[in-house]
Amino acid sequence: MRDSFAKEITLLAEKNEKIVLLSGDIGNRMFDKYKKVAPNRFLNCGIAEANMMSMAAGMALSGLRPIIYTITPFTTTRCLEQIRIGVAYHQAPVLIVGTGSGLSYSELGPTHHSLEDIAILRSIPNINILTPSDKQELVVQLREALKSDYPSYMRIGKKGEPSVFNENSNLGIGKANLLFEGDDILVIGIGPIISEALDARIDLKNMGINIGVATMGSIRPLDNDFLNLMIRKGYKKWISIEEHGIVGGLGSTLIEWVSENNKFSDVKVTRLGVPELFINELGNQSYTRRKLGIDKTGIVELICQL
Amino acid sequence: MKKNIFMDENFLRELSNELRKRIIRTSHISRIPHVGSCLSCIDLLVYLYWSELSLNPSFPSDCNRDRFVLSKGHGAPALFQVLGERGFFDIERLNDFGKEGSVFHEHPPKPGYIPGVEAATGSLGHGLPMALGMAIAAKINDLSYRTYALLSDGECNEGSIWEAAMLSGGLKINTLTVIIDFNKWQATGRSKEIMALDPLMKKWDSFGWHVQEIDGHDFSEINQSLEIAKAEKEKPSAIIANTIKGKGVSFMEDNNNWHYKTPNEEELNEALQELSEIK
Repeated sequence: MRDSFAKEITLLAEKNEKIVLLSGDIGNRMFDKYKKVAPNRFLNCGIAEANMMSMAAGMALSGLRPIIYTITPFTTTRCLEQIRIGVAYHQAPVLIVGTGSGLSYSELGPTHHSLEDIAILRSIPNINILTPSDKQELVVQLREALKSDYPSYMRIGKKGEPSVFNENSNLGIGKANLLFEGDDILVIGIGPIISEALDARIDLKNMGINIGVATMGSIRPLDNDFLNLMIRKGYKKWISIEEHGIVGGLGSTLIEWVSENNKFSDVKVTRLGVPELFINELGNQSYTRRKLGIDKTGIVELICQL
Repeated sequence: MKKNIFMDENFLRELSNELRKRIIRTSHISRIPHVGSCLSCIDLLVYLYWSELSLNPSFPSDCNRDRFVLSKGHGAPALFQVLGERGFFDIERLNDFGKEGSVFHEHPPKPGYIPGVEAATGSLGHGLPMALGMAIAAKINDLSYRTYALLSDGECNEGSIWEAAMLSGGLKINTLTVIIDFNKWQATGRSKEIMALDPLMKKWDSFGWHVQEIDGHDFSEINQSLEIAKAEKEKPSAIIANTIKGKGVSFMEDNNNWHYKTPNEEELNEALQELSEIK
């Protein structure tokens, strides 16, 4: 995903002279092409995220379209107050990109895990929360975010994530997609972990269980029409899947939606995510997903118990 | 864009004196604190808005206006008086200061509510980084405006100030000028005793800034330092302005109780009387 980000942002910066890319001292060779296209609009702001975030707000208030790029915990929780005041309160159209989200940097330990970012940013007004599942969705949302009057936070993976969408997909900010139809069980996911649900779907099909699989695309704005459509289609059991803590992420968002829209009689939401813990016994992303039960096998096991 | 032309010291002094009275009166009526902090920076604000900043109060959103960020947001009662007197809005609006539903309270709100306010501040350490973003934007947008930020000495406790200082120095943002209202106090004590603030000049110098130390109540010194800052081509400029917290009222001067205290009627009258006697 990050390579697609670098490629697309280079194309966009070539056409739009207001785009400025701010890096927190990462992306060593990744932005070489960007720097050739817009040498004066790339700033390595050093390992100083608080300043970088407020600075981006100042730039956005001066007519620029700054994009902040660094590893997710450092572009979210590290500089939270700068996001809350400088970016969100001022409604400064900054695009904050968190790379290596969730457990992408699993082996690097809890300092580099981001399992609270959605929960925390969701409590702050004025900021879109974008959760693309593959590079195609990332590109479309990136283009739209740079046209929005609002700031956006985009949570992306690392590299090598499988493609999920095709040319018929309905991509964009606030747009969910039903990837596969099913009977009454629907797995709704955000981010690249949706591939685990797609793999689980095949296994379950072989066991005679036909599940639907959907991607939410964004946490804010939330695609209300899509969720209503899923109810009309008869999906009564929703399972949320996210590489994020169980508190405050997609699962919580869906439960709140069900409550606020009085849909308890239509649908039951079960959450799959990272329990409330710091992960100390480390391995790669696949190992950690498996250990936490949020991989293909974990999804299959949960659905077999429903 | 109108460039301010006044550099009549008597005019500026009388204006500061009048605004000091309004700040104290407003604090008494609205019970809004930080009188001491406002009185230490009012001379700097008056100089900036009447003799330095290139701006047009009737067209406050001009893209090439000079930017001023009150990084020490608790000086808002002083800034509001300055903006009102300077004609950014009808000064009658300040009659609502501190009232329920008013936009005029303890800190500057985000732009759009009070003409002339560039950034919402109040949480210390945010204003300078935002001002740095505005200064870099001028270079990218090929505009000639300059950017100014007024900091408190206590604010220099914040790590984000030094993050911004280090990047400004590294990028040699010579269009950025920081003025530090060095009144030697922060909320609960002497600023040099709570953290190792001294030597403040050397700190800014070592972060790549051109540094000057002045008397922040002397309009002539303020004038000279800002002229030198504008002539500096390689570095951002820091002006350490030695000020007195509560300046202008004998019983408030250098008395940190006036960080949070608001004047009662007797204190108000006494202060107004003293200020009326100043020539």
